[in-house]
Amino acid sequence: MNDDLRAEIRAAVTAILDRQGEERTGRAWKELSEGGFHLVGVPEAAGGSGGGLGELAVVVDVAAFHAVPVPVAETAFLAGWLLARAGLSVPAGMTVASLDEARGHRQDGVLRLSGRLRVPWARHADHVVTMARCAEENLVAVIPGDAGAELVTAENLAGEPRDLLILDGVTAAASAAAPPGLDTTALLTRGALARSVQLAAAARAVLASARHYVTEREQFGRPLARFQAVQQHLAALAAQVTAMQVSAEAAVAAVEHEDADAGVAVAAAKATTSAGARRVAAIGHQLHGALGYSSEHHLGAVTTRLWAWREEFGNESHWHDHLAAALHDRAWWPLLTGDAG
Amino acid sequence: MTTSIHLPPHRLTEAARRLRDDVRSFLDGELEAGTFVPRCDAWMSVADPAFSRRLGARGWIGMTLPSAYGGHDRSPLERFVVTEELLAAGAPVAAHWIADRQMAPSILRHGSPSQRERYLPAIARGECYFAIGMSEPDAGSDLASVRTRARQVEGGWEITGTKVWTTGAHFAHAIVVLARTDGSPADRHAGLSQFIVDLPAPGVEIRPIRTIDGEHHFNEVIFEAAVVAEDSLLGERGAGWRQVTAELAHERSGPERYMSTVPLLRAWAEHVRQQGDASAERELGGLTARAWTLRQMSLSVAAALAEGRPPEIAAALVKDLGSRFEADVVETVRRLAGIEPRKHGSGLEGLLAEAILHSPAFTLRGGSNEILRSVVARGLGVR
Repeated sequence: MNDDLRAEIRAAVTAILDRQGEERTGRAWKELSEGGFHLVGVPEAAGGSGGGLGELAVVVDVAAFHAVPVPVAETAFLAGWLLARAGLSVPAGMTVASLDEARGHRQDGVLRLSGRLRVPWARHADHVVTMARCAEENLVAVIPGDAGAELVTAENLAGEPRDLLILDGVTAAASAAAPPGLDTTALLTRGALARSVQLAAAARAVLASARHYVTEREQFGRPLARFQAVQQHLAALAAQVTAMQVSAEAAVAAVEHEDADAGVAVAAAKATTSAGARRVAAIGHQLHGALGYSSEHHLGAVTTRLWAWREEFGNESHWHDHLAAALHDRAWWPLLTGDAG
Repeated sequence: MTTSIHLPPHRLTEAARRLRDDVRSFLDGELEAGTFVPRCDAWMSVADPAFSRRLGARGWIGMTLPSAYGGHDRSPLERFVVTEELLAAGAPVAAHWIADRQMAPSILRHGSPSQRERYLPAIARGECYFAIGMSEPDAGSDLASVRTRARQVEGGWEITGTKVWTTGAHFAHAIVVLARTDGSPADRHAGLSQFIVDLPAPGVEIRPIRTIDGEHHFNEVIFEAAVVAEDSLLGERGAGWRQVTAELAHERSGPERYMSTVPLLRAWAEHVRQQGDASAERELGGLTARAWTLRQMSLSVAAALAEGRPPEIAAALVKDLGSRFEADVVETVRRLAGIEPRKHGSGLEGLLAEAILHSPAFTLRGGSNEILRSVVARGLGVR
């Protein structure tokens, strides 16, 4: 049942995103949001499109595979999740999430927020959802895009918006108590899962492109694919890509099934996908020759994302330390198999 | 095709998890009783027939065989769980490993009713061990160029030729031999057949091949016009290559392809916990992430094999990554543990020595990594 639904979503999102050039970037977000794909995995009761994490992962995967600049990870994976967990509804338009916690104080019954918040895609957003600490309360709050926060724009290596919002007593449009366990660490883990899926998809795109290129491109009178050195590179690339893909999918499944050790799965997946990014990008560029280094070629859109996403929500060193810390009170092998030991 | 290397994640059943608990408590009991000490690469090099028989008595050998042949009708994924627990413990399983992994499924699939009766129940009891005669002095990775010949003679077959690097032939009860029955080496894959030869046998000489650690795990097996019975042919005459390829899927897909040095890694993890060295901890975290991913891949490959989706390409790719992981474990521990390896030593020093001395084999056995990468390249449609 799930497999059919996921295949349908994959086909629909691919139809929207599998286009070339300007037309794609201009219309992708509009068409995705009209179809409700930007809020897959967010319960309908919270204003989302319904479906589970597995379905959401498909949308995020396809968008990353095509390297389309749309914030599906930020809207559904993060903002929609935060809002739904706190029992709030997703406002209309584009709602993205803050990676940091704001400071809140109540004044005449109004919640006012302050702080410097890293907010990917803030410049395009209609609303920003953030965690906030107000006295002893942990809150999830919504800030309207026009609430008077100062916007400092910045981009990651792929040119994706990685903005900073500076809040100085900005009025929240809505807020609710955060449920136990919903904190910045949980958000980091959630983001790491999203980026793992995206890194794996981008890696797959490198493999697909390389495979196509080496069979088409001829040098010394034969296709590049005829050279053993090229074949060995391609096989090493495929191995790396498959490892990234399996780790991301297994982590999605672990979180979806609420496994006791889902945290270990996400840590391992983000570590694997982040660590694999270098080799995938390097082999990809090597196989594409100078052509792939040109901005005219699609490869750069994918490899710059690999380089950017591996750092976001903790790079491999962060998650290696996390796993090492988990080993302080767990034996190694039971940690790996997800048993009490 | 890219779709053929898609490996959907597999989730183990509750039954498999309960089985894991049983295997763990058995192994804990064995360790407490001092029947074995964890060793690296033990699936290849530490044979203990008494231990194998105890596993057999618990129903953990020949698990997937039908009960009619002494098996236990278990799923391949349940077998996977038992396998990975034994490997993680570094248990002495080399005696029955090849018989259980490759020959039981192969004899079940291709064997005659009398071959099944004769070998399968004994394999499942942990009493019948197999060697596999594939490589030859002039045929290593290029198995299709085997020169060993089997000639039909009065009342059977006469086998002449030399096999090398045959694991465990010195204690095996039988050897499976790949030999040419028809055509010439130019025919490559056509005209090859498989034979089961009981050991010891007249006309079959077994000589040790000692490896760089001075140990005897491998053999040269020389067939000098050895005559074997008519019914020692396994499967179809001329279909040997197809049969061997199916066996290789079992040989290459198991968790032993990334777990050979896990006993060293576990011992080092304990060492790091006691030392509390932050830089060692980070590297331990890195190896843990890689092991986690390799385990998920290995589990997916096992699931694919169980569902009848031939995992040839995926298995090749997991072995490529897995064998490099095995070597990186050795290198990391060597750099960071602050000890020197000691041959036949105890604890970490001994495990490290053994792992270093075995490491050249990791990327050679079961098909060299270069060959495996060319299998992957072919699967991607570029060869």
